[in-house]
Amino acid sequence: MELITPEQVAAHNLTPQEYERIKSLMGREPTLVELGVFSVMWSEHCSYKSSRTHLKRLPTRNARVVVPPGENAGVVDVGDGWCAAFKVESHNHPSFIEPFQGAATGVGGILRDIFTMGARPVASMNSLRFGSLDHRKHGARNRSLVHGVVAGIAHYGNAFGVATVGGEVAFDDAYALNPLVNAFALGLVRRDQIFFGRASGVGNPVLYVGAKTGRDGIHGATMASAEFDEEALEKRPTVQVGDPFLEKLLLEACLEAMRSGAVAGIQDMGAAGLTSSSCEMAARAGTGVELDLTLVPQRETAMTAYEIMLSESQERMLIVAHKGQERQVVDIFKNWDLDAVVIGRVTDTSRVQLVCHEGTVADIPVGYLTDEAPLYERPMRAPKRRDAGEASEDKDVAVGGGIDIVSPAPPTAPVFDDDEQRTQTSDDGRRTTDNGLRDHADSLRLLLASPNVASKEWAYRQYDHMVRTNTAVLPGADAAVVRIKETRRALAMCLDGNGRYCAADPREGAKLVVAEAARNVVCVGARPLAVTNCLNFASPERPEVMWAFSEVIDGMAEACLAFDTPVISGNVSFYNETEGRGILPTPVIGMVGLIEEVSRIVQPGFKAEGDTVVLLGETRDDLSISEYAATVEGRTTDEMIARGRVPALSLELEKRVQEACLRLAAEGLLRSAHDCSDGGLAVAVAESCFSTLNRPSVGVDLALCSGTLPVATYLFAESPSRIVVSFDPEAGDRVHEIAEELNCPVTLLGTVGGERLAVKVNGAEEIDAGVNELEQVWRGSLSSRLRAEASAASSAD
Amino acid sequence: MKFGVIIFPGSNCDHDAYHVISKHVGQPVSFVWHKETDLSAYDAVILPGGFSYGDYLRAGALARFSPVMRSVKEFAARGGLVLGICNGFQILCEAGLLPGALMRNRDLHFRCEHVRVRVESVDTPFTNELSRGDLLSLPIAHAEGNYTCDDATLAEMQREDRIIFRYCDAAGDVTDESNPNGSRDSVAGVCNRARNVMGFAAISPRKCLSVAARASERSRPPLPNS
Amino acid sequence: MKAKVYVTLKPSVLDPQGKAIQHSVEQLGFGGIEDIRQGKYFEIALDESVSDGDARAAAERMAREVLSNPVIEDFRVEVER
Repeated sequence: MELITPEQVAAHNLTPQEYERIKSLMGREPTLVELGVFSVMWSEHCSYKSSRTHLKRLPTRNARVVVPPGENAGVVDVGDGWCAAFKVESHNHPSFIEPFQGAATGVGGILRDIFTMGARPVASMNSLRFGSLDHRKHGARNRSLVHGVVAGIAHYGNAFGVATVGGEVAFDDAYALNPLVNAFALGLVRRDQIFFGRASGVGNPVLYVGAKTGRDGIHGATMASAEFDEEALEKRPTVQVGDPFLEKLLLEACLEAMRSGAVAGIQDMGAAGLTSSSCEMAARAGTGVELDLTLVPQRETAMTAYEIMLSESQERMLIVAHKGQERQVVDIFKNWDLDAVVIGRVTDTSRVQLVCHEGTVADIPVGYLTDEAPLYERPMRAPKRRDAGEASEDKDVAVGGGIDIVSPAPPTAPVFDDDEQRTQTSDDGRRTTDNGLRDHADSLRLLLASPNVASKEWAYRQYDHMVRTNTAVLPGADAAVVRIKETRRALAMCLDGNGRYCAADPREGAKLVVAEAARNVVCVGARPLAVTNCLNFASPERPEVMWAFSEVIDGMAEACLAFDTPVISGNVSFYNETEGRGILPTPVIGMVGLIEEVSRIVQPGFKAEGDTVVLLGETRDDLSISEYAATVEGRTTDEMIARGRVPALSLELEKRVQEACLRLAAEGLLRSAHDCSDGGLAVAVAESCFSTLNRPSVGVDLALCSGTLPVATYLFAESPSRIVVSFDPEAGDRVHEIAEELNCPVTLLGTVGGERLAVKVNGAEEIDAGVNELEQVWRGSLSSRLRAEASAASSAD
Repeated sequence: MKFGVIIFPGSNCDHDAYHVISKHVGQPVSFVWHKETDLSAYDAVILPGGFSYGDYLRAGALARFSPVMRSVKEFAARGGLVLGICNGFQILCEAGLLPGALMRNRDLHFRCEHVRVRVESVDTPFTNELSRGDLLSLPIAHAEGNYTCDDATLAEMQREDRIIFRYCDAAGDVTDESNPNGSRDSVAGVCNRARNVMGFAAISPRKCLSVAARASERSRPPLPNS
Repeated sequence: MKAKVYVTLKPSVLDPQGKAIQHSVEQLGFGGIEDIRQGKYFEIALDESVSDGDARAAAERMAREVLSNPVIEDFRVEVER
C-alpha cells in the first residue's frame, strides 16, 4: 500500500487534522483512491462543513413543500397535481477561469439537478456579478468576462432548449477578480412522478448513463473550495467542457426511463462525479454500493481508478434500476444513441466498495464520508464599524463585509469616462445633491445609463427566452412568468441579491434581499411560494466572513418566515476571494411565486393614457447606499459600506404593501406594477414609460410632494416596500378602499399621457425630458459599453 | 389533413408545433422519429425548430443525414407539403430542398426577439390566406439566420416570386436596421420552385402553422400512394 | 495515416467572425493586418492499409458532402502518412 505524503494531503486540500481523522476512522492509512474520495466528500463544496451548523436555522418546510433541502432540488406543490422543482447553484470559480465553458457547464449542472427529480426543465435564470465595465485596470477583462459568460449561458441553454427567462446582472468592483455566476433552473413534475437520488433495493443494478468519462475537471470540487491566486489560471485544464446536445438527449432518455417504471433512483454526476453520486445515493438510502470501475465507459485511454472516481466529465448520471429491468433502461438509452452500462449493484454493507484492474481500490463505510465529515463551528467576529471620517484613509478598513484586505479597493472609475456628461460630474465633487449644481433630469439620465440600472436586453436577447412558448412575462420585468400548460396557472420567478446592503449590515441586508425578491414576484401578480438560495461569500476561515454568514442566515430566516416562503434548496459558495480580496457577502435569493389564474398576470409598463399612477408604500431617507450615491455622487462601494446606512425594513409594512398589490391584481384592477428599487422612484416611473412589445413609449405627468425630504432623496432613494402601480381612474375608489382596508400607504403620483416624463416636486418643475430620449439612454447603455469587445468569446461556439 | 412533426435529436420546438396543430388548428398530428422512413400517412410534414445534432458542424448540416430526410425528399417530390421552421429551414437548405444557406448572424450573437416581417408572396399553400404586404410580428430565436445565396439564385427567386417573407420595420419598410441578422435582401422565408416546400426563419409555429394548415386544408394536394 | 481537411468561407462570402477576430487582434497592437478569415479544420485518422489515393478520395467526398456547405464554403484536403 502506498504511503500518503503530507504534500499529497495538502494537494487534496485536506488539513493535517482532517487527514489524522481519516486515518483514525479507517484504522489504517487510506489508499490514494480513498484519499481522493475523502477529499471531495469532505470538501466544503460537498460537505458544507463550515455552513451546516448555520443552515439548519433556515425554515425549510410548510404545507406546500414536497421535497425539502437534501435532494438534488427542492420541490413545492403548485396545484392541479403539478409540482415545481427548482434550485440555484454557483459556478463562480470555473467561470472566472474559463468564462464561456464555466458558465455553460453551470447551466448544464443545474438543469441535471432538475430533471434528476423527474421534472422537465421549463425555465432557467442566472444571477451575474462582475467588476465595473469602465474600470481603469480591469475594465477590459471585466467586459471580456461578461461576453464569455453570457455567450456560455446562451450556448448551453439555447441548444438544450430551455427558456432563459431572466435573472439579474450587476456590477461592482468587489467582483472584479471574483465574478459571480449563479444559475437557476425550474422544472415541472406531476406530484406522483417525483424521483429521488437513492440507491434503494439491495441487489438492484447500478447503471452509468450518458457521456463517457475523461480526465476533465479532476479536482473541480476541491478547486471550488480554495482561494484563488493568479496561479489558478494555470489550472485551466481542469475546467470541463459542456455538450448541451448530449444533455438534451440525456434529458429525454432519463424522462422516458423514469416513465417506464424501471428506475428506482437517479442522481446527477455533478461536482466530484462518480464519487459523490454513488456515495450520496447510498447514504440517503442507508445502503452500500459496489462498483467495478473497469466497466465505466471511458473517453481516454489508461485512466486510473483515481481519475475515474474524481473525473467531472459532464452530462453523466447514475441510475439504480429495479432488478431485472436494467435491459429496459439500456434499450431506452440506446434509442437516443446514449451509453447505459451496468457498473455495479446496491449492497447491504453500508460501504462504498470499488474494484478496478488491480483489485479492490477503495472500501469505505458510507457514513465516514457523510455523517462523519468534519463539521466546523468556525470562529466569528463582528467587524468594528469605522467612524465615517477616517474610513477612506484607513488602510485596514473593514470592507467587503468586514473582510480584512491587503490593499484598499481601487476607487470606482467615473462612469462616463469619455462622455460630455463628465464635465458635469467630475469637478463639482461628490457632495452635490440639492444645491442646484446638478439638475435632476441629468441625474436620472446618469442612473438610467448606469449598468446596474440600464436595460439588460444586450444579454437576454442572446438567450432563447421563448422556446416551448410558455413564457408569459418576458425578461426585463420584475419577475419572469412561465405558464403551466393545460392549466390556468403560471409561475413567477426572480433572482435578487444586494452585496452592498449585506456588507454594511448582513442581517438587515439579507432581509431586504428576501423582501425585494418577494416584492418582485408580487409585481407580476404572483403570491410568493418558496425560496432557493445561493450564498456567495469569501473565506469561512476569516471570522468576519463567518460572522456575516451567520447574520445573513438569521436575517434570511426571519424574512422567509414572515413571507411563509421556506428555503427548499440552495448552495453555499465560499472562498470567493482572490489575492486576499474578498467579495461582498452576496446571498442571492431565487423566489418562486404562484399565479392561479393566468388572466391576472400583471404585465410591466404603463398601459393607457389617462391612467392614474400611485405609489404603494413610503419613501424615506434611504440614499446613503444607493445607485444614486454610487453613480451621481461618485461614492465608492467601500465608502458607502463604511459610512452608509442600510434602509430600515419593516417586514410588517412590506407584507401589507405586497398584500395590497396582490389584492389589486386579483381583482383585475392593476394596469401595471413595478418594484421601486435601484435608482428609486424616478427610475421606476421612467422604466414604466418605456416601450414594450405591445405599445410604443408613453409619457407621464407627476406632481409630487417631498415633505421633509430633499428633492433628490425623494426622487432617488431606495426605500424598500414600495411599488409603483397604475390603474384606470374609474378603479380609483376601489383601489383606495383596498389600500385602506389593508392599511397600506398610498400616494398619488400623477397621470399617464403624452410623450414626456414631467415631474413637479413641491410645485417646481424638476424633470422634463422626452421619454424616447431617456429610453435610448437606458436601452443602449450596456451594448455600447460592451460593443468595443466583439471578443472571440462570443464566437466561441 | 394529417400532419407529421419530425423529431430530430435536439429538436425543441417539436412540442410547440404539435400543440399548435392539435389545439389551435384542430388537425390530427403525430410525431415522427428521425429514424423512421415511412411518411405515407401524412399530408404535410413539419421540420420544427431546435438544435438538431447540437447544430454542430453547421446548423442543420447533420440532421440532413437522418434516415427520415430521404423520405422527406421523396415526399416533397410527390407534392407533399413541407414546412421548415427556424432550424427546420436550415435543414431544408442543407438538404438542398431550398436554395441558399443560413450563416452566422451578422452581429455574431444568438438573437431572441420579436421582429416584423412583411408578406411578399401569397402564391403558396402556406400563405394564400394572407395578403401581400401584410405585416406580422413574430419571434425569432437563432444564431444562424443570416440567409445567403449567390446573385443568380437571388435573381431567379425574385423573378419567380419565391421570396415569401422579408424583415421590415414597423411601417412595413424593408431597411438595413430592420434586418436582425444580415440576411441577403432581408429574406425571412423562401419556397422551392414547386412552391410546396417553404422555409421560415421565425419560430412562431402558431401563425405560420395555422395559416399553413387552413390553407392546405382547402388546396389539399393530390398525394399518390397515400 | 491522417487526412486533413480545411474548410473556409468562399472569398465572396462575408465573414463577420473573421472581422471580429481581426478587430480584437488589432486591439492587441498587431499592425499591418489586411484581412482575417476564419474556418474549420478536421483531422481524420484513417487505417494505414488505405492507399494515399483512396484516402484522398474518401476525404474529398466527406469534405464535399458533409464537412462543407458548397453554397458558402470551399475546402482543401491534405493526406499525410
